[in-house]
Amino acid sequence: MTQKTVLNEAHRRAGAKMVDFGGWDMPLHYGSQIEEHHAVRRDSGMFDVSHMCAVDVAGSDARAFLLRLIANNVDKLRLPGKALYSAMLNESGGVVDDLIVYYIDEAQYRIVVNAGTAEKDLAWMAARLAEWKLEVAVIPRRDLAMIAVQGPNAKARVWQVLPATRAASEALKPFFSVAVGDYFVASTGYTGEDGFELTLPASKAEALWQALADAGVKPIGLGARDTLRLEAGMNLYGQDMDETVSPLDAGLAWTVDLAAPRDFVGKAALLARPAQKQFLGLLLLDRGVLRAHQKVATAQGEGEITSGTFSPTLQQSVALARLPLGVAVGDTVKVEIRDKQLAARVVKPCFVRNGKALI
Amino acid sequence: MNVPANLKYTKTHEWVRVEADGTITVGITEHAQDLLGDLVFIDLPDVGKEVAAEQEIVVVESVKAAADVYAPVAGTVTEVNGPVADAPESVNQDAYAAWLFKMKPANVADVDALLDAAGYLASAAE
Repeated sequence: MTQKTVLNEAHRRAGAKMVDFGGWDMPLHYGSQIEEHHAVRRDSGMFDVSHMCAVDVAGSDARAFLLRLIANNVDKLRLPGKALYSAMLNESGGVVDDLIVYYIDEAQYRIVVNAGTAEKDLAWMAARLAEWKLEVAVIPRRDLAMIAVQGPNAKARVWQVLPATRAASEALKPFFSVAVGDYFVASTGYTGEDGFELTLPASKAEALWQALADAGVKPIGLGARDTLRLEAGMNLYGQDMDETVSPLDAGLAWTVDLAAPRDFVGKAALLARPAQKQFLGLLLLDRGVLRAHQKVATAQGEGEITSGTFSPTLQQSVALARLPLGVAVGDTVKVEIRDKQLAARVVKPCFVRNGKALI
Repeated sequence: MNVPANLKYTKTHEWVRVEADGTITVGITEHAQDLLGDLVFIDLPDVGKEVAAEQEIVVVESVKAAADVYAPVAGTVTEVNGPVADAPESVNQDAYAAWLFKMKPANVADVDALLDAAGYLASAAE
């Protein structure tokens, strides 16, 4: 059965075109995906991300559990509120999910996992917990809603609507979080823009959504969420990586700590099998639109696009692609689109940041 | 759903207007552009191209997907709407003004056999 977030009615009232996303009935757009995209780059937009699952990890062994569970190193988390992006791997080094872990205190962490993978992730965590016999409780927080507010004016709008959060969140550096009463305010996001991700009791979500709308924040659907994250060069689980893909082949080597002596699930597999491909960006030079699964012909062999779209900011098609080792930024490659071979330039996989084109 | 009564239609969401000179003007319906979302790319055929009925003739791509537009009847492409390829969003703004191509049908009776507005509405509701 399709699940609904607490904001489902609000989306419908706003005229959203709804789609099934990972088993959830979610807004694709509220009229124009491209206008929503620009609203986030130029002003502010809000996303209902309540379909994603917050999972509290609590107990005296919480750090020990996370050190083994995920590929990034939780020992990097020393300052309260600090956030860490990581992949959670299986024994063969494939990505079970990508997630953000927030460090609240030594006995309290919060993980946010993807919507479509949440049940699988919880089962995976429960199984590892049983195996390792640690003093940890893993608690899915379906009582919470999440609203991401992103864009150059996002923070100002949040403070206007929730003035009590201002003092605590004003000095928040990127990738930190702070709890203010019922609101968990994180300076994280999936757009390449400034802003917050707010976690709050589900019972308060509709009032906050409406107040933000009244303050001029535009509701943004999953369509623009995808073009924004792609322009920002951020991976999407299930598309750019999955259980069959090594994080080393998905541009996630920077999130994997193989240097520290600690062991974690998937480490042996990654050490035994270094990167086989590189994960780079493509900018289409000819007219057309790059899409996932299109083949890429390079001088070093064939690659494949994992995510592609039309970039509303660049007014040009962009993609993330898994390419053979040896392909270099600046190379021109050919992408097979229908019966044509179109030229694309290899670029670093981050196209837009803070409203500005990087390429 | 906006389905003008003076046009002919196909099950694959093309609209067809019969011109005084016997040519037909073809676009995609408002319903089709709504299903696709914001259009960002249109690949038009070459003028003079001969096509069979239901042959893929135009590719329209929205932010989320690519879709084929089919020739409603057999015939020859006589004109394409260049400006619409440069401004694909014009199809979203007014699908019935932003035509894609014109063609000379091989057989006028084929045009008569296309769906009328009621027929298209029934087909789109299936």
